Amino acid sequence: MLIKKPVDIRPSEITSKESYFNRRKFMQAAALAGGSIVAGDALPAIIPNEKRAKLEGIVPSEFSTDETPNSYDDVTTYNNYYEFGLRKDDPFRNSQEFKPRPWSIEVTGDAEVTGSFALEDFVNSQTLEERIYRLRCVEAWSMVIPWVGISLADVVKRFKPLSKAKYVVFETLLDRDQMPGQRSRSLRWPYVEGLTIAEATNPLPILAVGVFGEVLPNQNGAPLRLIVPWKYGFKSIKGIVRMHFTDKQPRTSWDLAASHEYGFYANVNPNVDHPRWSQARERRIGADQGGGFQSLFSASKQDTVMFNGYGEHVAHLYDGLDLKKNF
Amino acid sequence: MDTVRQIRFIWKPLIFIASLVPFALVVGDLFQVTGSLGANPVEEIQDRFGYWGLRFILIALAVTPARTITDKQWLTRFRRMLGLFAFFYVLMHFLTWLILDQGLLLSAIGEDIFKRPFITIGFAAMLILLALTATSTTGVRRRLGKTWQKLHNWVYAAAILGVWHYWWQVKLDATDPAIYAAILALLLSYRFWQRRKRARQRTQTASA
Repeated sequence: MLIKKPVDIRPSEITSKESYFNRRKFMQAAALAGGSIVAGDALPAIIPNEKRAKLEGIVPSEFSTDETPNSYDDVTTYNNYYEFGLRKDDPFRNSQEFKPRPWSIEVTGDAEVTGSFALEDFVNSQTLEERIYRLRCVEAWSMVIPWVGISLADVVKRFKPLSKAKYVVFETLLDRDQMPGQRSRSLRWPYVEGLTIAEATNPLPILAVGVFGEVLPNQNGAPLRLIVPWKYGFKSIKGIVRMHFTDKQPRTSWDLAASHEYGFYANVNPNVDHPRWSQARERRIGADQGGGFQSLFSASKQDTVMFNGYGEHVAHLYDGLDLKKNF
Repeated sequence: MDTVRQIRFIWKPLIFIASLVPFALVVGDLFQVTGSLGANPVEEIQDRFGYWGLRFILIALAVTPARTITDKQWLTRFRRMLGLFAFFYVLMHFLTWLILDQGLLLSAIGEDIFKRPFITIGFAAMLILLALTATSTTGVRRRLGKTWQKLHNWVYAAAILGVWHYWWQVKLDATDPAIYAAILALLLSYRFWQRRKRARQRTQTASA
């Protein structure tokens, strides 16, 4: 398979490892010397292929919440990733041997720039940002997670979608050997998710490559996953190998499994209940790690907020749309 | 020691203690002695109590067929205790939902019970088990006479509703509830078959 580099990155722009580290030294020296470093002047994204490796050059984001993030254990042992099993701790237990490298992402469909790109080339023209986001699962629990990733809007723009492209569709890796959950037909594999182009070019969504300042663990969707903080968690597809630009709204995996329960939009909405349970409230889980009775009462339920509290950034995307019908 | 005393002083206490092990493990995991309840302890506790409620219903329903097959009449002596443990775990499952999940918020509780069918049927199953528990003493049994058996046949309805409640709330993969349903179907069809056999024997005796 021919692995191309994105056309908008000239080889001269790619920073070698040596100059990357020298640059950090330079910046540290400048900081020590009292020189000011402009926040926008960030390093290219580099993702080491090593579990729990620290990510370098992360810049903070204005979109981050100041709520306290969940613990590392909560975030990495309580997951829905059906490719590795249906129980919450299955992804942690069944994904440790998973190989997130070598990895490439295929970009297809109605865009000027298409082809297959090595993960390293796919991400490294962009800046790594820390985005501390609320995550609201459709199962009515929530967490706060410090993701590290690149802006999806910038990724989409790099591939120059044609004007007829209305949706961007994502696909997870299909690999029955490495992903035991795919041997059962719980969902139709590979997992498919999608966003409208307007949603995908909103500043909030990111393609995450890390969490807690470290490389993304396998159970969290390594090496590359989507994060869309105002939608239910199942929209935030993991282990992405394909991005497809199209004029047709895709049939997503959950839509195919139960279309009356899981819609294409899946915006967090306390006023539209899941057919079998209420979405008005959510449990902020893992609020107490010490165990004991306190852990049962500290994780009490709180009201769910429209668009998961991100309405000021995204509500305008749905002007005139009936969100009860388009749930 | 004769069988009756053996059962009373050895086997019953042993089964009583064994039946409490799932509860003890929840407490042990809560205080992180025996393990842990994970990131979402309330959900974990609620699920475990629910599973054990269902399992004890099925175990209690297996007593009569086991007695018939093995011809060991003393097996019946464990049935009431097993049934009471079924109610105990179902009640703990319910209380976990009521207090820890819903936080005793009455509006949400009422809405859940009446608007969400899978909760409605679970609640109905619990009320049945409550009625059976309240009428489980030897004294009440004597007083009710033949009505008692009729009343306690409602355990079949509770079992069906319980498995249905479980089946209805799984998000996607119904393998586990299907296993419970298959075991229940086996236990119920054995009774059906036995009843037909008895009816046939009665007609034969009558015509002879």
